[in-house]
Amino acid sequence: MKLRTYLFILCMAPLAIFAAPPGMPLDKAPIDTKDNASLQRGAETFVNYCLTCHAASYMRYNRHRDIGLDEPTVLDKLVFTGQKAGDLMLTAMSEKEGEEWFGVVPPDLSVIARSRGADWLYTYLRAFYRDSTTVPGWNNLVFDRAAMPHVLYELQGEQKLVVNIVDGKEIESLELEKPGKLSVSEYDQYVADLVNYLVYLGEPAANDRKRIGMYVLIFLFGFLALSIALKREYWRDIH
Amino acid sequence: MADSFSIENEMNGRRRFLVAATTVAGGIAGAAVATPFLLSMMPSERAKAAGAPVEVDIEKLEPGMLLTVEWRGRVVWILNRTPEMLATLEKLEGQLADPNSEKDQQPDYAQNRTRSIKPEILVAVGLCTHLGCSPILRKDIAPEDLGPDWLGGFFCPCHGSKFDLAGRVYSNLPAPTNMVVPPHTYLTDTRLLVGAESKESA
Amino acid sequence: MSKGLNSLKEWIDKRFPMTSNWEAHLSKYYAPKNFNFWYYFGSLALLVLVNQLLTGIFLTMNYKPDATLAFASVEYIMRDVDYGWLIRYMHSTGASMFFVVVYLHMFRGMMYGSYRKPRELLWLIGMAIFFVLMSLAFTGYILPWGQMSYWGAQVIVSMFGAIPVVGDSLTLLLLGDFNLSDATLNRFFAYHVVTLPLLMIVLVFVHILALHEVGSNNPDGIEIKSNKNPKTKIPVDGIPFHPYYSVKDIVGVIGFLIIFCTIVFFAPEFGGYFLEHNNFIPANTLQTPDHIAPVWYFTPYYSMLRAVTVNFLWIDAKLWGVILMAAAVIIFAFLPWLDRSPVKSIRYKGPIFKFALTMFVISFFVLGWLGMKAPTPLYTLLAQIFTVIYFAFFLLMPWYSKIDKTKPEPKRVTK
Repeated sequence: MKLRTYLFILCMAPLAIFAAPPGMPLDKAPIDTKDNASLQRGAETFVNYCLTCHAASYMRYNRHRDIGLDEPTVLDKLVFTGQKAGDLMLTAMSEKEGEEWFGVVPPDLSVIARSRGADWLYTYLRAFYRDSTTVPGWNNLVFDRAAMPHVLYELQGEQKLVVNIVDGKEIESLELEKPGKLSVSEYDQYVADLVNYLVYLGEPAANDRKRIGMYVLIFLFGFLALSIALKREYWRDIH
Repeated sequence: MADSFSIENEMNGRRRFLVAATTVAGGIAGAAVATPFLLSMMPSERAKAAGAPVEVDIEKLEPGMLLTVEWRGRVVWILNRTPEMLATLEKLEGQLADPNSEKDQQPDYAQNRTRSIKPEILVAVGLCTHLGCSPILRKDIAPEDLGPDWLGGFFCPCHGSKFDLAGRVYSNLPAPTNMVVPPHTYLTDTRLLVGAESKESA
Repeated sequence: MSKGLNSLKEWIDKRFPMTSNWEAHLSKYYAPKNFNFWYYFGSLALLVLVNQLLTGIFLTMNYKPDATLAFASVEYIMRDVDYGWLIRYMHSTGASMFFVVVYLHMFRGMMYGSYRKPRELLWLIGMAIFFVLMSLAFTGYILPWGQMSYWGAQVIVSMFGAIPVVGDSLTLLLLGDFNLSDATLNRFFAYHVVTLPLLMIVLVFVHILALHEVGSNNPDGIEIKSNKNPKTKIPVDGIPFHPYYSVKDIVGVIGFLIIFCTIVFFAPEFGGYFLEHNNFIPANTLQTPDHIAPVWYFTPYYSMLRAVTVNFLWIDAKLWGVILMAAAVIIFAFLPWLDRSPVKSIRYKGPIFKFALTMFVISFFVLGWLGMKAPTPLYTLLAQIFTVIYFAFFLLMPWYSKIDKTKPEPKRVTK
């Protein structure tokens, strides 16, 4: 018995490892990947603002049937450049132009939510502030000297950096200097919709995956009961 | 613990039932695993997008001219037939294997003598129904190699199959059926959509 | 019906040893009747191998081993291929679960002394399988051609450069170019889908043959073959593998599948441990990510690689790191000759062995955890301490296993 307890603790040890890791303080993104209305709003924001410079070149327009957009709606709401419904979401800007204008090629956003995480994106898109020392005139609290200007500033307004000294430590925060078209909570919701969409974009099959997974597990638990009964039945032979 | 044990391993009713039930459950599991693997081998979204219906402008297609377009990676012919060409169709019917297009090689709306929606415009997949070579349009009448009865049609150089100008196969030749007429429709009088009956069903 | 089947069976048996093999390896292969939980992992390793082979074949149908296309082809599988995501996640989860299962399988062997005479060769074949598994994991991880694929491989390949005299030439031979490039990706693909799987299948086959020659060990570490029924010549503590262990292994398989499917369907990235976040960024040959760590199953060895920071005995720190890392893996192969205990199983071994094994497992986990972290002076010190403990478990074994106070082994297997 003692041995078993000891082995149990050994097996649990990795969980302690997985429970670790702090990082910079990010705001939790209030998203729900099953909320099609939010995803559709996010999709429209994405094609209107992001797709100008960033591609989502692994994603096809007609795939948006996942989030409740049929083909005519997709062509009407998301496709502007005369592309077909089955085409990939490419950007109109070439890589060379991107490099000339921003110094770096704007990254493809297909799987950006998988490398950065939703919380990072949610915080990042709300953390731009005016900074006259940078080339685009903007800086970001989460991504210092990001090459990207604040594309959504008309909506959010303009923020400025405020540095307070608390207990001898510099604490940086942002303050809204000029309000934009949206109130703070409206803008947060707007960004949340976009981030929700980016998470969907990272793995369009995610909802299918979870749905199928439920059936698979239910089946397997039934199968487990059956196999235990079978094993017990045979092992009655062994005294 | 007993000094020795005996193994009966006899099939009683309960055991037989459990073995059967586990086998069935295992079979279901096997089929459930095989399904996604087989589905993954079907044409992907990319293939479907590349195989999307093709829009063709036929305004400039003169009578007697052949236009070749690609649909799903296959040759599709659009032939604007002259009245003389159309007149040959009836004459040849005695030599054809399936003059009334009874075999399912065309949509219902093309099951007629011209095998088309508009009589003069033939839309057909340009592949021989024998082994998939692409036949040649031979408009010349009674050439040396095809004999004096030839009134114009499609000739397959691979194995010698012959088709008339509606893609109907001559009898007693390797190709078994008429050429395939793909689904198609006219969006306007001169804009042809190959591959679907309407834009929505694409 | 059954008469027809019987004559078919006879027809085959005259031409192929079907029935005799069935009997030798299943229905008349006598395994100890006291297998416990730890004995599931052998059959589970086989299951994961089949999973990897099957999903791997289907992935190659759509994957492109070309530096300009590889990353996109993986996303193509994830999106455009019907159920491609499922096959890919089964493969990526299978890779990690392969190590989970194999590590537990090896731990079982260490607890119950399964490496001891007469199973030394069985253990060595197992070690060869472990090397091939590590090579498969390494070559496979390159294929998605993300940032971690690229820089992880860069680090591992650079290790070979530490080898004196031949190091640089060897690196060129491995890479097929002057740096990690398309040529490297293409050849690693060849190793990953042809060379190594073939080797793996052969070794697994030989492993099972060797096992069935010497017979299975058991949690008591006693030989059931030394106590046979005088009439039947069947070990009195043995039961036929089929049907008893085949039905038992079905339970293990389904239990495993429940865990496996939970990961595949609900947490395929497993919090960044099975699929690393940075690997969703395409490989950039000009920019190293801020923090690179290998996948979790390599991190114990990776810590040891980093733990050596001083030059020592004319050998520089880099080479020492590589030597230590290689030694940490190879040293398992010497266990049959390091263990001098009169008993095999932990059940009858004394407190020193139990303590040593505990320390070994702790050091394995701590080193694994440290390998995921960016090095700091404290972490490096910890890595050094636990590297010493890791090796002490092996190197001191001839001494402590001899002086340890053991209990007598029973004559018959116990429950």
